[in-house]
Amino acid sequence: MIAFVVRRVLASIGVMIAVGLIAFAMFRYVGDPINQMVGVETSVAERAQLREELGLNDPAIVQALRFLARAARFDFGVSYQFKQPVADLIGARMPATLELAFVASILSLAAGIPMGVYSALHRDSALSRLFQALSLIGISLPTFLTGILLITLFSVVLGWLPSFGRGDVVRLGPWWTTGFLTVSGLKSLVMPATTLALFQMTLIMRLVRAEMLEVLRADYIRFARARGLSESAIHFRHALKNTLVPVITIVGLQLGSIVAFSIITETVFAWPGMGQLFLQSIQNVDIPIMAAYLLFIAFMFVTINLVVDILYVSVDPRLRASLHGMHG
Amino acid sequence: MSAALLSVRDLRVEFATRQGPLIALDGVSFDIAPGEVLGVVGESGAGKTLTGLAIIGLLDPPSRIAGGEIRLDGERIDNLSPARMRVLRGRRIGMIFQDPLTSLNPLLRIGDQLTETILTHLSLTRRQARERAIAWLGEVGIPSPAKRIDGYPHEFSGGMRQRVVIALALCAEPALIIADEPTTALDVSVQAQIIAVLKKVTRVHGAAVMLITHDMGVIAEMADRVAVMYAGRIVEIGAIGDVARRPLHPYAMGLMAAIPTLEARAGRLAQIPGTMPRLSAIPRGCAFSPRCPRVFGRCEAERPPLIAVGERRAACWLYDAQAAPAAARAENSR
Ligand SMILES: Nc1ncnc2c1ncn2[C@@H]1O[C@H](COP(=O)(O)OP(=O)(O)OP(=O)(O)O)[C@@H](O)[C@H]1O
Ligand code: SF4
Ligand SMILES: [Mg+2]
Repeated sequence: MIAFVVRRVLASIGVMIAVGLIAFAMFRYVGDPINQMVGVETSVAERAQLREELGLNDPAIVQALRFLARAARFDFGVSYQFKQPVADLIGARMPATLELAFVASILSLAAGIPMGVYSALHRDSALSRLFQALSLIGISLPTFLTGILLITLFSVVLGWLPSFGRGDVVRLGPWWTTGFLTVSGLKSLVMPATTLALFQMTLIMRLVRAEMLEVLRADYIRFARARGLSESAIHFRHALKNTLVPVITIVGLQLGSIVAFSIITETVFAWPGMGQLFLQSIQNVDIPIMAAYLLFIAFMFVTINLVVDILYVSVDPRLRASLHGMHG
Repeated sequence: MSAALLSVRDLRVEFATRQGPLIALDGVSFDIAPGEVLGVVGESGAGKTLTGLAIIGLLDPPSRIAGGEIRLDGERIDNLSPARMRVLRGRRIGMIFQDPLTSLNPLLRIGDQLTETILTHLSLTRRQARERAIAWLGEVGIPSPAKRIDGYPHEFSGGMRQRVVIALALCAEPALIIADEPTTALDVSVQAQIIAVLKKVTRVHGAAVMLITHDMGVIAEMADRVAVMYAGRIVEIGAIGDVARRPLHPYAMGLMAAIPTLEARAGRLAQIPGTMPRLSAIPRGCAFSPRCPRVFGRCEAERPPLIAVGERRAACWLYDAQAAPAAARAENSR
């Protein structure tokens, strides 16, 4: 098991290095960094000096290694548009995005799994049909439309919830601001989190339903029935666990994409997160921020993948056995 | 007949289809006495599995019991509520399915699957249930059961898994076990062991067995009586010695023509020319008439009921005292 984890961690580092090189290529070869940093009135000599100072005349391999070494210390250089260290800019906005993604993930799991299980077990009930109908809406409604509809209803018509921003936040330590501790912060989270969760929830529900139906047809479920086990033992002890094995992988990656694709939701709700920062950086060709964002998203997925692999192995004894087989 | 443990009368099972109901079992009647082993043979699609599933109440839609009755110890069980049927399953009727590789839940330890089953039916403490589970594993021939009880299914070979399955089916001591091709999916080399285990444990615990199989060798080894099924009906039923040695029904004759010897039991049912009719196209009279070498006028017009011939019964007009051609009767009256 430990050998397995070490191997997966090494593989993850490999992936991060590869993504780092892509980020470097983007940084170095998409546009000229010097042109982005200085004004038109800067002389050719000054430009050459800056080029030398920044090490842009060094061989590409040296530059690449330097870029990776800095990235490993979260040093991504200075933003072209804000003239501030990229790490500070991202650090200031990360809590907003992560808190939003966290709440959306919990929401999509807490609603999606029970809805999926219920609609697999009671296939023909009215509630299952309602879930199916809702899931169709959830899948086909674009995120921005969901957001706008929610804002119209709860902010404009009813006036219950704020339509933009994070509300009041509380600072916890130098790196983190949280909206969880104030009423306005929590209220502000409701609509963006719901919007972001809706699509994932739908997906999770459909996935769990399909997997569960599949598992309920399995021979070991029929044999469990033939032994007279109670319905709840069959559904929750025997079927649900087997359902979750394949669900873990996909759900893990889906949660990764919650962070990656929160951009639209953040835009609709003017949420001060990384998504917004990323959009601005694209508009202004702010390569350092784009490169850092790329690395951050890759890091998210790699971490989630790692956690998923470990979870997978701890749920399924067959995989544990094959690991033992491989390492004696 | 009143002493029968299981009594099936005129069982009819239908599949609901868009074109209307398909009759998959029709007029199936037989008894199993306490402790008796009834073999059930017949080619693929004859309705053997459906009969077993109907008895234990596990028919999946679109199939359903559409007629007849099933009694266990004299009590009707074909119309019980799902909750009452559940209490009966595992406790009074157990069932073993064909594939031991897929019959066990891969994510649960076999000990947990056993104790869970025992605790469902018997009022024991967890500890007592575990002891009993270990005893059962020993009884079905799992070496060092106290250690293996915490293993997962994938840690056992196919034969060992089928032993676990047998322990699971028997651990609440049901009076009847329906074993649906318990060895078909196994290596030929372990089939004989599994049959020996099944035979031993069911005998020790006095359980009756409905043994469904393609393998006449298995039937010859274990069964007291045998029922031959064809196209959803029983065509002959009687003591194994009689049916195997002197089958009455022309279909059974074809089947028995090549019973492999006990030593070379790999053999399957002998090939009879033609195929069994589909459920949607079962002939009006005798379902076997298109393939029957002895077919005569009456066969295609009327369906033969099970006719008593000495100790056994056969569904064939050859044995109808009034109407069979004299030549046929002479040939079979021995
Ligand atoms: N869902 C279904 N719809 C219609 N007919 C079905 C369905 N499932 C099974 N059948 C039919 O029911 C009949 C009886 O099947 P059953 O499984 O009892 O046969 P069997 O004797 O056990 O065969 P085998 O030796 O292959 O296991 C077959 O003719 C089969 O085609
Ligand atoms: S009833 Fe006629 S067709 Fe059917 S098995 Fe007997 S002889 Fe053959
Ligand atoms: Mg079958």
